Amino acid sequence: MSEESPGELPKPFDLNSKGDIIPEWLLRLKDSTPARVFVGRAGPAYRTTSHLELRADHAAARDAVHADVDITRDFDQAFARQYDLFQVHSRARTKQEYLLRPDLGRSLSEEAKEELRSRREPRTDLQIVIGDGLSATAVIRQVPVLLPLVFNEAKARGLRVGFPFLVRHCRVGVLNDVGEILQPDIVLLLIGERPGLVTAESLSAYLAYQPRTGHTDAQRNLISNIHSRGVLPEDAARRILALATQMRERKLSGVEVKEELPSIPLSKPPLLDSP
Amino acid sequence: MSYHATLRGERFVFGDLKELFGRANEEKSGDQLAGLAARNERERVAAKMALADVTLEEILHDPLIDPDDDEVSRLILDTHDAEAFKEIGHLSLGEFRDFILDEAADEATLHRLHFAITPEMAAAVAKLMSNKDLILAASKIRNVSRCRNTMGLRGTLGVRVQPNHPSDDIEGILLSTLDGLLFGCGDAVIGVNPATESVDTVGAILHVLQRVISDLQIPTQSCVLSHISTQLAAMERGCPVDLLFQSVAGTQRANASFGVNLAQLAEGRERVIEHHRQRGGEWLGDNVMYFETGQGSALSADAHHDVDQLTLEARAYGVARAFDPFLVNTVVGFIGPEYLYDGRQITRAGLEDHFMGKLLGLPMGCDVCYTNHANADQNSNDNLLVLLTAAGCNYFMGIPCADDVMLNFQTTSYHDIMGMRKLFGLSPAPEFARWLEEHGISWNGERSSNPGRRESLLRQLSGLLEGAR
Repeated sequence: MSEESPGELPKPFDLNSKGDIIPEWLLRLKDSTPARVFVGRAGPAYRTTSHLELRADHAAARDAVHADVDITRDFDQAFARQYDLFQVHSRARTKQEYLLRPDLGRSLSEEAKEELRSRREPRTDLQIVIGDGLSATAVIRQVPVLLPLVFNEAKARGLRVGFPFLVRHCRVGVLNDVGEILQPDIVLLLIGERPGLVTAESLSAYLAYQPRTGHTDAQRNLISNIHSRGVLPEDAARRILALATQMRERKLSGVEVKEELPSIPLSKPPLLDSP
Repeated sequence: MSYHATLRGERFVFGDLKELFGRANEEKSGDQLAGLAARNERERVAAKMALADVTLEEILHDPLIDPDDDEVSRLILDTHDAEAFKEIGHLSLGEFRDFILDEAADEATLHRLHFAITPEMAAAVAKLMSNKDLILAASKIRNVSRCRNTMGLRGTLGVRVQPNHPSDDIEGILLSTLDGLLFGCGDAVIGVNPATESVDTVGAILHVLQRVISDLQIPTQSCVLSHISTQLAAMERGCPVDLLFQSVAGTQRANASFGVNLAQLAEGRERVIEHHRQRGGEWLGDNVMYFETGQGSALSADAHHDVDQLTLEARAYGVARAFDPFLVNTVVGFIGPEYLYDGRQITRAGLEDHFMGKLLGLPMGCDVCYTNHANADQNSNDNLLVLLTAAGCNYFMGIPCADDVMLNFQTTSYHDIMGMRKLFGLSPAPEFARWLEEHGISWNGERSSNPGRRESLLRQLSGLLEGAR
């Protein structure tokens, strides 16, 4: 290390004894990003720690994609009984078919349609559907916390909530089939997101007002990133019901419906003085 | 007109050129999803055999997508170099493959033919090549582009620093940028995919990146990869735009699904060139566009006209080259397993895309990447990275440990670039390499030549970060 800058910087931190000196002040800023910055190196490659951390996070993500969720196996039975949960399938029969044929994951199997028809209730304000999507792990982790919160919040607002159920091999477009068969005001789909390396347990909530065949994302609203380090379940439940209420009042959903969030002030003003 | 081939006594018939093109592809889940793929391996090879006998003239005169219905088809015909085409028009595709691979077709010859070759011809000949053929052919062609530095020279390997952040936090973006610069990365562009598509956010990021570049006097470019209209709106408000980004695809309707058309791209380019003139400073050339593409995008927008995804990708390059870009890269593994199922299909597509881009005259890079629902991993990604470096790819992406924390997929890392530069003896863009040397930063992992200078750079960076807090 050069001697030409005594005392001006905090003590430097040598990550790998190869001259890649990263000062401590820089390392202290690492919390401002989830990115894996300043991890050092082994030659032009990762150090063993970084390499194995990446492998571990990818393994969790891969397993989340390929996992199946099963109500009797994966949920606490008191919870499953309380909500009388049951499960149906999309037209995709296997995980591989699900990954290769998005169209099949968007519609319910004939058996599923039969089952829903047989259980149909006369008038429902809010129909909750759970879908495995691309992360069964997200469903297993988040739904037991989120579902009761949504139920309670809906009841508090005087909404009639339909029987919740799980769709396996589910894509977002399944909203349309559910809307056609059960004809509730609002369909809420809680579905596992495509896992990243930062988390494999992130859930999305899609809402649609009277979804019907042919509707697209343009007629849907989304609250994403629901997990313990993202949007917390309590906040998600409040936002879901606020959106549902707004949709029922305005009798529509999608791009014209905006969430009314308290504005988030910029913690750091942007730099506006550059050339 | 129908095409046919007989393979070991079995006769295969293909109804038209479109069907033949689809059946002749290597296996891709997207072509299967679209119902265009060969239904068995014998049919695939029979299609390649029939295709090998089709001449370039026939392809030119039988557009797969009607020019009356599609402005990309019209653009391809309008930009075709009929004069240079005289040299090759009579060749069958099989002969054309041999011609490209032959030593006689040197770099100057292939440069002369860029606009004689239509995207459909480039796609067709790629269908007849093995992975190694695609590497050998592409390695002959260097397409050089210039903005504030010079990209694509033989012996160089560039890298985009991609300092994305899930909530566009300025300090977080700066940290990822600095990590990259200290690995010798960032000569292609410092390019952020913003989490929010607002003019305010895009403007704020443009300003801070420009401040890094001007304060540290780095010979590179910045870019915020939002929709073209958002970047131009930010530019109108006085934000500095170095490179104008847009995703493009191979049909008019697919581009419409991205919210763009050819006239908008042309107008945007003119405005940014004018903006550069007004800003002053040193500009080495008028390559101001940055395009991203990827096989499967037209099909996912239901805008594919029953044409296979490889051919539509080549047509996206037909769009890109009309605007003389600084950077073009395929984001090959981003689209997901319904279009490219696994590491093998992603590898094939990456090599095809790079070859076709180079043959068509583009300064071609590649986002070597995969999502977590594709049957791929860091090992398959490493493989494609090495293959494309051998093929002479202009640039790759650099992200801290390859983990894009905003877009939730894996690409290549600063470490990866350092490894490829070391393995193949490659340098950054010359202007950028000089800057790194001046600041004592190594690009191939060898010990920093001047730690004192490196430290004074770090001190400057600390000032910048303080300013952002």
